[in-house]
Amino acid sequence: MTGQKLAQRNYYGKALKDLAASNPDIVVLDADLAGSTKTSDFKSVAPERFVEVGIAEQNMIGIASGLAASGKTVFASTFGVFATGRCWEQIRLAVAYPRMNVKIVATHCGISVGEDGASHQALEDMAIMRALPNMTVISPADAYEAYAATKAIAEYDGPVYMRMGRSEFPTIMPEDTEFVIGKAKILKEGSDVTLVGCGQMVTNCMEAAEILGSEGISVEVVNMATIKPLDSEALVASVSKTGCCVTAEEHSILGGLGSAVAECLCVNKPVPIEMVGTRDTFGESGKPADLMKKYHLTTDDIVEAIRKSISRKV
Amino acid sequence: MNKEYSVADIENMANRLRLHVVKMTHAASSGHPGGSLSAAELVSSLYFRVMNHDPANPSDPDRDRFVLSKGHVAPVLYAALAESGYFPVEDLMGLRKIGSPLQGHPVRGKVPGVEMSTGSLGQGLSMACGIALAGKMDGRSYKTFCLLGDGELQSGQNWEAAMFARHHGLSNLIAFVDRNRLQIVGNTEDVIGLDPLPEKWRAFGWNVIIVDGHNVRQILDAIDKASISKKNPTVIIMNTVKGKGVSFMENNVGFHGKACNDEELAKAVAELEEVIR
Repeated sequence: MTGQKLAQRNYYGKALKDLAASNPDIVVLDADLAGSTKTSDFKSVAPERFVEVGIAEQNMIGIASGLAASGKTVFASTFGVFATGRCWEQIRLAVAYPRMNVKIVATHCGISVGEDGASHQALEDMAIMRALPNMTVISPADAYEAYAATKAIAEYDGPVYMRMGRSEFPTIMPEDTEFVIGKAKILKEGSDVTLVGCGQMVTNCMEAAEILGSEGISVEVVNMATIKPLDSEALVASVSKTGCCVTAEEHSILGGLGSAVAECLCVNKPVPIEMVGTRDTFGESGKPADLMKKYHLTTDDIVEAIRKSISRKV
Repeated sequence: MNKEYSVADIENMANRLRLHVVKMTHAASSGHPGGSLSAAELVSSLYFRVMNHDPANPSDPDRDRFVLSKGHVAPVLYAALAESGYFPVEDLMGLRKIGSPLQGHPVRGKVPGVEMSTGSLGQGLSMACGIALAGKMDGRSYKTFCLLGDGELQSGQNWEAAMFARHHGLSNLIAFVDRNRLQIVGNTEDVIGLDPLPEKWRAFGWNVIIVDGHNVRQILDAIDKASISKKNPTVIIMNTVKGKGVSFMENNVGFHGKACNDEELAKAVAELEEVIR
């Protein structure tokens, strides 16, 4: 069912490299982490349009804004914690408010960053980006979708935040997957529960659906790669059929995908919702797989949440 | 545009801008007149003599750009844009009122001629760096001007931008510091001292020119001199008086973020009309 293990950031770098030739307006900024974020791949083919700003994320956002105001399509990358938290108010004033054509693309998001520990594990980034008016928030499911999403956001005129992980994990989408901002993808149809995932949790969602399928529980799996604007139409249609919902994200349940889904459903189609995600906590150092287990972000945790959600149906 | 403005004309325009500022902020019952008045000669010099700009074509890719980092002095910028012809002078009285594009702090896209959204201090120089860098990348000859308050230099992002501008040789960037020595709570040197300010900029690799910020001739000469550099960015530190041009507002920190009442307005208008030709 799943494909080979690939890191999203490698496919982000590959997409930027491909875009370098086709889109002369693209300028890429990085804050001393180009080797890790893979913007170095863009630099290797278009050094004249790559700008190293050093360890100065606030300045990076201001420069991105100025470049965008001069007609450039700007990608600004660093780790998720620094790309959103260090310069949140700069993003608010210089990017979101004037609706600048700036793409803030972060790598090293989520607890699977591993050994670096809590200082480097972004678990609040989607929440704080989602709260900004004009901001689009995307968390692609795997490396192939990261590639397609990078190309899609380059075509879109406006501010975007896109998050990716550090580690390699199995692909779930076809290699030639297409990406439309704001459109959910139903990966598996089902009738008992709607399982909505983003990022690498989508792979776990498919595994959970398979496990429960063998017990006769029919799970509908939705890849909600765009967290904002949320595809409420697809979501409401799915839960209208299934009657309950589970969300799964490698992010805090405070303000992320689960919150976005709950905000939509409590108004449009109130059903039981269970959320898989970190719970008002920082992470810690450790091996990614051990951390995913300790912080309840595994396939088994999704299976449990599904059972609970179904049991709450009236 | 307006290359025919003489020094005397620019001085006169500065006082016209001041008159707008006191009237606009009075009508809004709020706003920041003090720092608007201290920057009047600079803004007048830029918009009516120095800058290549055209109100009929505000998105001309070759236009010179002005970034108002000290965004709270939006009134003096709006006044200059209206006097330049970007929008009717009568609209100035909409400042800070609901539904008006003249927001309390400038917003890109709402008002023709406003280049960037500012108001949260310490960010404009970074934006100006981005604009100047784009100019270099595209081989365009426009200049980017950025007006900084002195108090906002306490914010570290300015110094990130200062390092960046020197590193990238942004000689097409000219920054101005409105050195009026007052910020909301008092004298900058009592709050978090900035002196010796020229040495700080020199240490960051910038050309530094110091002028009397109310002397138009000195401002124009400094900009000419700055334009000669092909290697480094230039900062022009303008020694100014906060509230300049209205006797009871001069060096009065109370007018940083407070408008005149009716009685004060009458006095201010009388003083300014006395000197305007």
